[in-house]
Amino acid sequence: MSLLKIKNLKTYFHTRGGTNRAVDDISFSIDKGEIVGVVGESGSGKSVTCHTMLGLLPQPPAKVEGGTVTFDGEELLDLSQPLLRAIRGKRISMIFQDPMSCLNPYLRILDQITEPILIHENVSRATAEARAIEMMTKVGIRDAEARARSYPHEFSGGMRQRVMIAMALVTKPDLLLADEPTTALDVTVQARILKILRDLKDDLGVAVLFVTHDLGVVAELADRVVVMYRGKIVEQGNTQDLFKNPSHPYVKGLLACRPTLETQYRILPTVEDFLQTKIEEDGSYTLSDHPNAEDRLAKLTSEVNSDKEEKATLTSLLQVSALQVHFHSGGGFLSSPHKTVKAVDGIDLQITRGRTLGLVGESGCGKTTLGRAILRLQETKSGSILYDKNELTKLSQPEMLPFRKRMQIIFQDPYASLNPRQTIEQALTEPMLVHKIGINQSERRDRIVSLLEEVGLGAEFLLRYPHEFSGGQRQRISVARALAVEPEFIVCDECVSAMDVSVQAQVLNLLRQLQQRRNLTYLFISHDLSVVKFMSDDMIVMKNGKVMEHGNADTIYKNPQSEYTLELLDAIPSSSLLG
Amino acid sequence: MPRFLIDRLLQGVLVLFALYTITFFLAKAMPGEPFTSEKNISAETKANIRKLYGLDKPIWEQYLAYPKNIITEGSFGISTSKGRPVIDIITQSFPNSLILGLCALGFAIGIGVPIGILSAVRKNSWIDWVCMTVAMVGICIPSFTIGPLLQIYVAAHIPGLKVAGWGNLEDILLPSFTLGLVSAAYLARLTRGGILEVLSQDFVRTARAKGVSPIQVILKHTLRGGLLPAVAYLGPAFAALISGSFIVETIFQVPGMGQHFVNAATTRDEFLLLGLSLFFGFLIVVMNLLADLLTGLLDPRVRHTGGTN
Repeated sequence: MSLLKIKNLKTYFHTRGGTNRAVDDISFSIDKGEIVGVVGESGSGKSVTCHTMLGLLPQPPAKVEGGTVTFDGEELLDLSQPLLRAIRGKRISMIFQDPMSCLNPYLRILDQITEPILIHENVSRATAEARAIEMMTKVGIRDAEARARSYPHEFSGGMRQRVMIAMALVTKPDLLLADEPTTALDVTVQARILKILRDLKDDLGVAVLFVTHDLGVVAELADRVVVMYRGKIVEQGNTQDLFKNPSHPYVKGLLACRPTLETQYRILPTVEDFLQTKIEEDGSYTLSDHPNAEDRLAKLTSEVNSDKEEKATLTSLLQVSALQVHFHSGGGFLSSPHKTVKAVDGIDLQITRGRTLGLVGESGCGKTTLGRAILRLQETKSGSILYDKNELTKLSQPEMLPFRKRMQIIFQDPYASLNPRQTIEQALTEPMLVHKIGINQSERRDRIVSLLEEVGLGAEFLLRYPHEFSGGQRQRISVARALAVEPEFIVCDECVSAMDVSVQAQVLNLLRQLQQRRNLTYLFISHDLSVVKFMSDDMIVMKNGKVMEHGNADTIYKNPQSEYTLELLDAIPSSSLLG
Repeated sequence: MPRFLIDRLLQGVLVLFALYTITFFLAKAMPGEPFTSEKNISAETKANIRKLYGLDKPIWEQYLAYPKNIITEGSFGISTSKGRPVIDIITQSFPNSLILGLCALGFAIGIGVPIGILSAVRKNSWIDWVCMTVAMVGICIPSFTIGPLLQIYVAAHIPGLKVAGWGNLEDILLPSFTLGLVSAAYLARLTRGGILEVLSQDFVRTARAKGVSPIQVILKHTLRGGLLPAVAYLGPAFAALISGSFIVETIFQVPGMGQHFVNAATTRDEFLLLGLSLFFGFLIVVMNLLADLLTGLLDPRVRHTGGTN
């Protein structure tokens, strides 16, 4: 008998805007000691499924419209709150995406880990503490006894996620619901957390429902996979079979649109190449194979990225040498700062006109600071930035203005980088006004319309506000805004990191096409090695403000020289199944 | 910690000096002088009095003399309207204001915080609606309305309670209630907002997923963070409460410090004005420091460990 059996579960959200069928008639089960991966993009209903099981959704607006969730013979959806509370944290535990915000910042780690024991079991505080410390050691927190007295902010992100895991497993639950537990973490940290989860699963015999958007993680970890799309399960099965022979067009598209280290195409396939969505009048929809999927894919894959060598003779656009950026912290009124962080610590790099330099590194390595320093958005301590034979570090901010027109930046979060109170037209007009582009507003509007069309949007969006767009559309608007001043150099700072893979593929393709059309030069910053590899001609691997490795992107991946690059490459989850 | 305290105290001294400078020149900018309204004194007598108070000296000498006297003699000058040392006036009236303010604070916290918690827990219910409407009304009604209403409808009907006066223990009740009510209303709104903010955070969901009961979610996981905005408000609010209120003191005939602020200004009593302003500034600085220390106690992330975090 399966440990958990979900049957025809429907969870809808009823709001003034209408009904959102977040989870729409799904059925699957988990056996004892099994790892089941639930994969889907944002809004596919995977987290809502988890929250429904434990009764953690705010009701209203959420409402379970039907179905059953049977856990070890008990019907969870029928349980009263006190009975459900007895199961939560004892027999079914949960860990969440963001370990930064999921631990209570006001309580000591020890108090938080012992809490579920003290709630659910009749043991003394001393026993609970001993067990908590034992569990902390098990998840790889060194010096657990001393560290247990600390507060969450004294731990790094990876360590906090270990604390979360310890807290979830300390009551020896039968089932662990893991909701994107490694999404917010660096790839090397993710690799360690996944290993801990796998080891503990064997050790404690706990079944795991692993929710993620990352196909690589699922391929590496799960015994079985459930793929969700728009609240429905489109395909489920054994991990090996599903990845090797996907049958549903959405799954095929999802697998194809993800750049891997081996990808050689110039343009990535997108989900739309595989999937045809037919929306009926009543809002329901049918999904089917795209009739020309085979042809399209064949055409894409035949266009191998071969133009890399042609550009090798071109001139250098940007030359950075011995650049240093330091941050000072601590200290107060009258006392000097006592901490210096060398965010960028002597970086040399060179970008050829019309090419892309990839900059890869984990959080805190200084890659964003470097990008901002090159644009003089961040004061530098020393070093030189030579842009088209001009020394930028010597220029005052007014003298920088002509260069601001030539150098632009696209940020990670299109939600935060567009002013919510400006229409798209205003947002795109502003940079033109600063740089005196266009004689009057009607000419500028014409330019904006053609820019929007160039990034795949239309004139009908001119008067809309940012909140009316999806994340992918917003990033297209950010791209259009950067292009509005006709730059030659663009810093792309993690500009696809917040996106689903299918949207990411579209934005990457767009950047590629624009580069070709406008002969743009990119500094492409990302933590994702596969994405950097897909986008870049040359690349730099950064760690602690220093360059670890520098060279041709293909060469680095084929034959990494530094130990750190090797570690990063090894940490990428299971590329064999996804090849 | 000591480093932080020294920093903050030095900052406080600077703040007080800036306050002194502004008050001094504002007082000088007022039309007239302390004795311009006195009748029937000869020009000679007037000159003598001015000399006695040092008002005949050049303005910059007067500006430097006052802080010098504070440091060397501990003297805040002599009140020109009362003819007594400013320090005596403060030490006589401040204890009354302090008691009044402390009780007002008790009312403010005792009423405001529970109402705020209740509102937050029952968000968007009729309880929340009633509580927040009452709080809004509490903020809007001035104390010169509530005070007399209490006198007419409460004091006059309950034996043992006097309409006005100061001397017995029960005399504190009505004025401190009047004084604390506005703060209670503010506190209720701040507490509600703070708790709702914390309730929406991810770690509250974590707690619920662990099987923590709703009451414990509030008491153990939410309250500390939720009270932070209220604590930040209470620092300066407490200083204002204990330094007296002209209106409440006048209505209930309390011999507190608030009346002197107004009297000092209307009688152009420069020294009293400076002394009171500095004393009030000192209270604000100290109370803000206390509020910050309390914040550190509640929130480990801002704990002042000598700058190593």
